[in-house]
Amino acid sequence: MKFYILKRLFHSIFVLVGISLVVFIILHLTGDPAALLMPMDATPEQVAQFRKEMGFTDPLIVQYGRFFKGTLHGDFGLSFRHSQPALDLVLERMPATIQLTAAAMVIALIIAIPVGILSAVRRNTILDHIGMTGALLGQSTPVFWLGIMLILIFSVTLQWFPSSGRGNIWNLVLPAVTLGMFTMARTARMMRSSMLEVLGQEYMKTAMAKGLSPRMVILKHAMKNALIPVVTIVGMELGTLLGGAVITETVFAWPGVGRLAVQAIYNRDYPVVQAAVFILATIFVLVNLGVDILYTYLDPRVKLE
Amino acid sequence: MSTLEHAAKSFEFSGEDRRVARWRKILQKLRENKGAMFGLAMVLAVILSAIFAPLLSPHDPILQDVEKRLLPPVWQTGGDPSFLLGTDHLGRDIVSRLIYGARISIVVSVSAVVFSAILGTLIGLLSGFYGGNVDNIFMRIADVQLAFPFILLAIAIIAVLGPNLQNIIIVMGITGWVIYARVVRAEILSLREKEFITSVRALGGSNGRIIFNHLFPNVVPPIIVIITLEMARMIIMEAALSFLGLGIQPPTPTWGGMLADGRVYLATSWWLATFPGLVIMLVVLGINLLGNWLRDILDPRLTQL
Repeated sequence: MKFYILKRLFHSIFVLVGISLVVFIILHLTGDPAALLMPMDATPEQVAQFRKEMGFTDPLIVQYGRFFKGTLHGDFGLSFRHSQPALDLVLERMPATIQLTAAAMVIALIIAIPVGILSAVRRNTILDHIGMTGALLGQSTPVFWLGIMLILIFSVTLQWFPSSGRGNIWNLVLPAVTLGMFTMARTARMMRSSMLEVLGQEYMKTAMAKGLSPRMVILKHAMKNALIPVVTIVGMELGTLLGGAVITETVFAWPGVGRLAVQAIYNRDYPVVQAAVFILATIFVLVNLGVDILYTYLDPRVKLE
Repeated sequence: MSTLEHAAKSFEFSGEDRRVARWRKILQKLRENKGAMFGLAMVLAVILSAIFAPLLSPHDPILQDVEKRLLPPVWQTGGDPSFLLGTDHLGRDIVSRLIYGARISIVVSVSAVVFSAILGTLIGLLSGFYGGNVDNIFMRIADVQLAFPFILLAIAIIAVLGPNLQNIIIVMGITGWVIYARVVRAEILSLREKEFITSVRALGGSNGRIIFNHLFPNVVPPIIVIITLEMARMIIMEAALSFLGLGIQPPTPTWGGMLADGRVYLATSWWLATFPGLVIMLVVLGINLLGNWLRDILDPRLTQL
C-alpha cells in the first residue's frame, strides 16, 4: 500500500517535470522568443538587447534549468500587460474556476448517477431509451454552442438567468450546466454499463436469494460496486472540465483562469499563459493522484499491481 | 473473435462466397439499426456537401450584400425565399456558408484523425513489440500529455505558431495519438506471445515482417472504431478553435467562426448562432451513432471509449 502510494507520488512528480518542459517549449516553438515577447515596433537593437537581458542567447538546457528553478519558486515572470507576477494573476482567478468546475461536476454527478442506475435497472424500457438518447445528445453537443443556446433561451428570451459575469448563485447556473453537460452524459453511460455488469454477477443472485428487497440490493450491493470504475472516470473528467472551462468562461465572461489564459494568448502575454497552463495541469495531476489513492481504498484489488 | 467472424465462419463457403456473405450480413445489420442508418445519412450528407459545395450552394458564401443583411429565415416575417435560413450581419447566405463550412470541417478533422492514427498506431506497435525502454519512454510521454487540459495547450501553440491549415492539423493530430497507442500496445502485448507469432519467428521472419504483416492486421478493427469516434471529437475541436478565432481565418466560412459571429447578434438575430451549432451537433451525433454501431460489431470490448 505505502509502496503503491510512493510509486504514484514519484510518477506525479515525473509528470509535473514533463509539464514544465512542455510549458517552457511553447515559448521557443518559433525559434525566437524575443521576437514574440517584444512589441511589434521594437528596433532590432532593442530586440537584441532584450534577448541578452532575458538570457535567450544561452543554450536551451541552461534556459530550461532557469525556468524550472523559477517554477519551483512559483516564479513565471511578470505579466507584460499588468506588470504583476504572472502567478499572482492566475491564483487570483483560481477561486472562480474552482467554483465553476466544482458546480459543473456536482450537477453532472447528481443527474448522471441516478439516470445511469435507472437505465440499467429498467433496461430497454422507455426510461432507458430516453436517458441514453439524452446522454448521446449531451455528448454530441459542442460546449460553446450549448452555452450560447442556454443564453438565448434563458437569458435573452425568458430572462430567468443573467448571461454573463460572476456574482451570486444565479450567475453560476448556466455556465455550470453548460460545462457539466458532457461529463454528465459520459458518466451516465458509464454508470449504466458498469451497473449492468455488476447486476449480472453471481453475488447479486445471492443477495436476491437471501430475500433482500430489490431496492436494498440495488442501492447497497450493486451501486457501491458499480461506482468503482466511475470514480476513475470522474478523475479523468476533471481534465475535460478544466479544458472545457476555457471555452465556457469565454462564452459567459466568467472571470476565471481559462478566460484569463485566452485573453493572455490574444495579448501575447506569455508568462501568464505559461503560469495558467502549468497551474491547471498541476491541479489535474494532484486530483488524479488523490483519486488513485482513494481508489485503492475502494477497491483493494488495485494494490496488487 | 467477433460475432461477425463467427457468422462468417459458420458459412462453409470458399473465400469469395464467404466475403460476399460477410458483407451481406454487415449490410443487413446496418439496416436493422436505425441509429446507425441516421449516422450514415449524416456522414454522407456532410461529405457530399463538402465535395459538391459549389453545385449545392444557392449563393456565393463570401459575397457581402449590405442591403440583405440580417434577413431572418423564410418562415419568419421579413424572410426572403431565396435565403432559406436567412443571412448574416454582412448579408451572406447562411445555407451556402454552412455548406462551404463542411469543407474546412471535413478537411481539418479527417487530416488530423489520419495523422494521429498513423502516429499513435506506429508508437503502439513499437511500444508493444519492443517493450523495455522504448515502451517506457512513449508511455511516460503519453502520461504527460494526458495530464493537460489539452485544448488550452493547443490554443497556446496555435497562437504562437499562427493559425494556418497545416499548423491546425498538426496540433490537433498530436492531441489524439495517445488513445491509438494505448489500445494498439495492449493488443500487441497479448498477441506477441501467441503461437502464430512464435511460428513466424521460427521460420525466420524479421521483426518488421512480424510487426507489419502479422501483428498489424489484428489491430485494424479497434483502430477503425477509434478513428470513427475520434472524428466526432476533432470536428468539435476544429469548431472550438474557429470559435476562439484560432481556426482557419475569415473570409473562409467555418462553422465555429459563424457561431462566434452570431454570438454578437444573439439578442436580435437568433438564427446566426443557432444553425451552425445545430449542424455541428447533428454531424457529431451521426458520427457517434455510427461509431457505436461499428464498435459493437467490430470490437465490443472497447465499450468504455
